[in-house]
Amino acid sequence: MMKSLLCAAILATGLGTATAQTLAITNGRVVTNTEAGMVESGTVLIRDGVIEAAGADIAIPDGVETIDANGGWITPGIFHPHTQLGLIEVSAERSTSDVAAPAASFTAAIDVADGFNPAGGHIPDSRRRGVTRFAVFPSTGSALIGGRGALANSSGAPDSLFDDRTFLYIDLSQSGAQTAGGSRNAAWAYLRAAFEDARFYPGRFMSHHEGDAINRFDAASLVSAVRGEIPIVLQVERASDIRRALRFAEQHPAARFILAGAAESWMVADEIAAAGIPVIMDPLRNLPGSFDVLAARLDAPARLHAAGVQTAYTTISADLYFNPRLITQHAGNAVANGASWDDAFRAITLTPAEIYGVGDRYGALAEGYAGDVVIWDGDPLEVMSAPVAVLIDGERQPMTSRQTRLAERYSERVPNGQYGYRH
Amino acid sequence: MLEDSSRNKGALWPIMAGALAGLAALGLAACNGTAPDEADGSDTASSSGEGELVRYDADPYPSTYEPFESDIVLIQGATVFDGIGGEFENHDVLMQDGRIAAMGEGLEAPEDAIIVDGRGRYVTPGVIDIHSHLGVYPSPSVGAHQDGNEITAPVTAEVWAEHGVWPQDPGFDAALAGGVTTLHVLPGSANLFGGRGVTLRNVPSRTVQGMKFPEAPYTLKMACGENPKRVYGGQGRAPGSRMGNMAGYREAWQRAVEYRRSWDRYWDEGDADATPPTRNMELDTLMGVLEGDILVQMHCYRADEMVQVLDMAEEFGYEVTTFHHAVEAYKIGDILADNDVCAAVWADWGGFKMEAYDSINENLALVHDAGACAMIHSDDQLGIQRLNQEVAKALAAGRRLGIEVTDGEAVAWFTSNPARGLGIFDETGSLEEGKRADLVLWSAHPFSTYAVADHVYIDGALMYDRDDPERRTMRDFSLGQPGEGVL
Repeated sequence: MMKSLLCAAILATGLGTATAQTLAITNGRVVTNTEAGMVESGTVLIRDGVIEAAGADIAIPDGVETIDANGGWITPGIFHPHTQLGLIEVSAERSTSDVAAPAASFTAAIDVADGFNPAGGHIPDSRRRGVTRFAVFPSTGSALIGGRGALANSSGAPDSLFDDRTFLYIDLSQSGAQTAGGSRNAAWAYLRAAFEDARFYPGRFMSHHEGDAINRFDAASLVSAVRGEIPIVLQVERASDIRRALRFAEQHPAARFILAGAAESWMVADEIAAAGIPVIMDPLRNLPGSFDVLAARLDAPARLHAAGVQTAYTTISADLYFNPRLITQHAGNAVANGASWDDAFRAITLTPAEIYGVGDRYGALAEGYAGDVVIWDGDPLEVMSAPVAVLIDGERQPMTSRQTRLAERYSERVPNGQYGYRH
Repeated sequence: MLEDSSRNKGALWPIMAGALAGLAALGLAACNGTAPDEADGSDTASSSGEGELVRYDADPYPSTYEPFESDIVLIQGATVFDGIGGEFENHDVLMQDGRIAAMGEGLEAPEDAIIVDGRGRYVTPGVIDIHSHLGVYPSPSVGAHQDGNEITAPVTAEVWAEHGVWPQDPGFDAALAGGVTTLHVLPGSANLFGGRGVTLRNVPSRTVQGMKFPEAPYTLKMACGENPKRVYGGQGRAPGSRMGNMAGYREAWQRAVEYRRSWDRYWDEGDADATPPTRNMELDTLMGVLEGDILVQMHCYRADEMVQVLDMAEEFGYEVTTFHHAVEAYKIGDILADNDVCAAVWADWGGFKMEAYDSINENLALVHDAGACAMIHSDDQLGIQRLNQEVAKALAAGRRLGIEVTDGEAVAWFTSNPARGLGIFDETGSLEEGKRADLVLWSAHPFSTYAVADHVYIDGALMYDRDDPERRTMRDFSLGQPGEGVL
């Protein structure tokens, strides 16, 4: 289902773009994220929003619009696997946030696509920092089944949400346990019951019977996750909880799982790798912030990569709505603590795309991939580097945001004036 | 959602960040002349029967910090940032007796000196964080550990952060690995007057007193804006608005003015038989501010509020040393410069409440460019571990806006400027002969994401060595835990 949705989205993009637009990005270090590796001085050729070729020695057709990378870095757009962009404006102002509904009567039926705002105020600043695609997550609300997430691009266009009902979010950490009554034992009981409700949907709900854990409408929404049609993102931190999750996965072979949070995942890395379950984690978490994350450490990403765990990074220790733009810094710190540059960069581009089943369309610079390209003035994982151009589906994006407007206004200060700006 | 998300700088964060604890008061007094000649715990210098005037000990919980054992260390051939604007290539730094003994090219190694090869590496003064809640909001962040805000009344100038600091917070160890040698722990921002802050050496110690920076001035945490009015307005108490915030400060300052007057009258009259004014712990702290002995560190986001506060400071005759967070400082850089007030800011936090909505990456550079004293701060147990990167981001953003700042000037943002904001610049914050040898040897340029601290020295003692796990400090809490030890 997702595939077909995707193809539709790509097709639509192609049609929406001026036809036969070709664009060449030249004269930069090309990070392909493919077997071609890093090309010291290469070119990326985009036709109709899709990459036609990337690498060295690429012939540029006559008359094609060219962007000179000027010796900078040319990379796939950043794919943030874990955001709430478009759902929150000001987190302390409840009226501006659609991430969670603690008083809702629904769980799995919740769909972030309904509340997602492509014009969300913080999307432009993540975009100008190189984030071109992102996953949109619900938060834990009235129950540990938080609802279904989606994938979007950062163009701000009305159709920027390009895949909905992409995954189901389930919180098995302390916050999830609270919704189940107060213990993780209760949380697992609830989850098992909800799975059974979905497995026996709709039969169980005939003749006015109720589900054991969830209602009829939620059960209908949970079915696709239980059958493995969409993956389930399980929020877990403690090593023992992760082992419990692995056992649950074994008992439900049809379902597909992704671990998020996963502070102690490095302790279970071999088992996670053997189970083929991906992990979304934050490289900066290294303190025992709770008794669930006592073993959090800075070299966890390096250890996960070494064990062969499919690992993507997030910015949860910063936030998920204002500072997803910091994901490159988080990746850079993984490198500072032992991860290879290639693994770390992949963890914020191709790996997230793969985790959500779109790794054949996003996250690499190769023929057939979407024209999501960022040109940087230096190593993208260096905190002093920044994008000089961002393309989504081959279209150059504005590099402005509310923040750039404020900075421009106040850089024209009138000395000692009553007003801090001229206009 | 995610367990951590409740700690996103979102709804809960402002309260936590604001955490405040302080306690106010005891101290004071020595402000006016003779300090008690002995701090023997008898708290007061004496009673009227002896024919002496009553004065209270201004330092009843004195520092017992002693520098750790140090060697003579000569770092050779490094790129050295002195923290006050200078950048020197192929430079040597000599540390002896816990102090910076010499800096220059080709220094001769004293006998018994340990030689450290600094080639290809970088030296800066130790990182100083002027805004931390380590110890008062320690890890793990369980209910029993919430010691940073005395959320029982909006004016609690009588509480002291040092009475809430847990010296076993593992966050101190992690901060050391990030190069932090000195940090200022504040009460939070739930209250208008949160209490006194404390400046600490980042060393392992069984006691808070063993971490206290000797002779560092006391500070007073105050808070503007949304946090106090939300916390108390939500309880149907004052303040419930920004108007109420200002009224609350002014009422307290007026009481402090009158309290100070009553003590001055008592001391001036010099009658040992007279009954001294009744001691008030809250007003002791505020009087210390009016006397200029206690530095005001004020949490304030919005430009207009900061300017209101500057008028209030003039109204009651005190000074604001540093505005913290100061997300909109860039809008009033000239006014801050004119008033000689510093701004301690983040590189990129924002969005979590309305008063943080106008956060821009260029804030620090714009304030610096306006001629005001600007610096980075963390307010965060993770951020404190990489303040060099935070400065790098702020610097890069400023340069892209066309602001000219050298690397050397920007190093001041995490070294000498916070030292000035804490009143300890005479002792630390720059690499100059005779100063405390607080220093970081970085593996690469400190503005690189990939730079890590190889060595961290405090008073010349090697407190952290990346290659020597045995030397790593480890708080009691971490012992025997899974993944023992911070990395």
